Amino acid sequence: MTEELIIAGFGGQGVLSMGKILCYSGIVQGQEVTWMPSYGPEMRGGTANVTVILSDERISSPIVGVFDTAIILNQQSMDKFEKMVKKGGTLLYDSNGITRHPERKDINIYRVEAAEEAAKMDSTKTFNMIVLGGYLKIKPIVKMENVVAGIKKSLPERYHHLVPMNEKAILRGIEIVKQIQKV
Amino acid sequence: MKELRLMKGNEAIAEAAIRAGVDGYFGYPITPQSEVLEYLMAEQPELRTGMVVLQAESEVAAINMVYGGAAAGKKVMTSSSSPGISLKQEGITYIAGAELPCLIVNVVRGGPGLGTIQPAQSDYFQSVKGGGHGDYKLIVLAPASVQEMYDFVGLAFELAFKYRNPALILSDGAIGQMMEKVEISEQIPRWTNEEIKKMLPWATTGKTPDRPHNIITSLDLDPNKQEKFNHKLQAKYKLIEENEVRFEEIQTEDAEYLFVAYGTSSRICQKSIQLARAKGIKVGLLRPITLFPFPTERLFELSKQVKGILCVEMSAGQMIEDVKLAVRCSIPVEHYGRMGGIIPSPEEVVVALEKNIL
Repeated sequence: MTEELIIAGFGGQGVLSMGKILCYSGIVQGQEVTWMPSYGPEMRGGTANVTVILSDERISSPIVGVFDTAIILNQQSMDKFEKMVKKGGTLLYDSNGITRHPERKDINIYRVEAAEEAAKMDSTKTFNMIVLGGYLKIKPIVKMENVVAGIKKSLPERYHHLVPMNEKAILRGIEIVKQIQKV
Repeated sequence: MKELRLMKGNEAIAEAAIRAGVDGYFGYPITPQSEVLEYLMAEQPELRTGMVVLQAESEVAAINMVYGGAAAGKKVMTSSSSPGISLKQEGITYIAGAELPCLIVNVVRGGPGLGTIQPAQSDYFQSVKGGGHGDYKLIVLAPASVQEMYDFVGLAFELAFKYRNPALILSDGAIGQMMEKVEISEQIPRWTNEEIKKMLPWATTGKTPDRPHNIITSLDLDPNKQEKFNHKLQAKYKLIEENEVRFEEIQTEDAEYLFVAYGTSSRICQKSIQLARAKGIKVGLLRPITLFPFPTERLFELSKQVKGILCVEMSAGQMIEDVKLAVRCSIPVEHYGRMGGIIPSPEEVVVALEKNIL
């Protein structure tokens, strides 16, 4: 199994930390992982993205031109990364702030209304965990118990009391993700 | 089982330095390597091992602190990114001229000048052909993963002390910023002053009546003595070339074509190999791990097997000169690369192979 994934959105949405939690979960599960951020003169509110690769084998390039999955959380990222999904691949997005919905006919498309749900749950900070839940429903490449262990590993101990809240958000994401298009 | 951590390449350098029993780190922040200094400051290794971490007032000050610490036989290091490494060149050639062991880490960004903060490999010439003035060489290691960023810190110090020569880790912004799984090694204790006195008779550990003065300098105004010293240096570099060449080969057994690439480019080429082989193109990779000494002999052997070589570098083509020398221009050697902070995709490398070599 090798999953090449891009998570893209605004800085501050938790894009990078979502990738980090996924990587830690992969490590707990015994997988090879790489986490390659777009780094640059980026700031809160600017665009941020991270390429995450999880594999059972040694990972070759941490930088790839086409992705198995794209998780898209803003319009700029939709414009940039929709076309970089492999034919037959997967696109997961949150429609909040999206003005042009995905148009490709040759990929699987899913939607998770994570921003709306996070507001309903009164915890906007767990937005990225709702998205992660949606992703794990589509691609259960890491077990839930390893994801919880991954969250614990990526958070300093003083924040471990927040783990159950994040777990709840992941479970909610699993429930609310919807398939829009199947190929 | 050993401890596994998810770390950035820069953080791996910093943690490895603490674990390798380094005595002192002297640095100055610059993107994309600032996490080395940040990690060390946050980790407070003076409480763990007594290691000194100091943000100097400039890159020039930092390298001269390294010069001083190395003269006293301490395990000392600095790190920076391209423009900062340029500033350090005077200190580096003095350290090489004084035959002192130390570690310099360059997390390369695009140049020339202030350039960009994105990754590049355009400091190859500076690293292996000098950079500073005079006939000197650095031992140059090129990590291609975060694990190697970690492992090469210990290796660099081992080689530096073995040959009394500065070592350089030539990395780039991609490996510095990327996170991968790292297997953490056991803590190596720092050397005590007694151990340093015993192991390093040349070090300036304080004059005692039983030995003459130890003088550390790169200056000798007598040209005859200076030439003799230069011959000694060259003999040392030859010894390093004979004993310390390191490289990795991937799918070269049946290769008809060859990629030569180091660091980030070598990772991209590994994916390109999978893509090309799926199309029936038998291509392999030679990845130099040491850039000095360069795997010249192995490349010459491979040149008798393959029909052509594509040298992939994030530069205008620098290492390609050493590849051409190694294969004695017996087969076509072409360059493919991107510049200014752009990382080539595995797909475009395959296209370049088909266009230029096949």
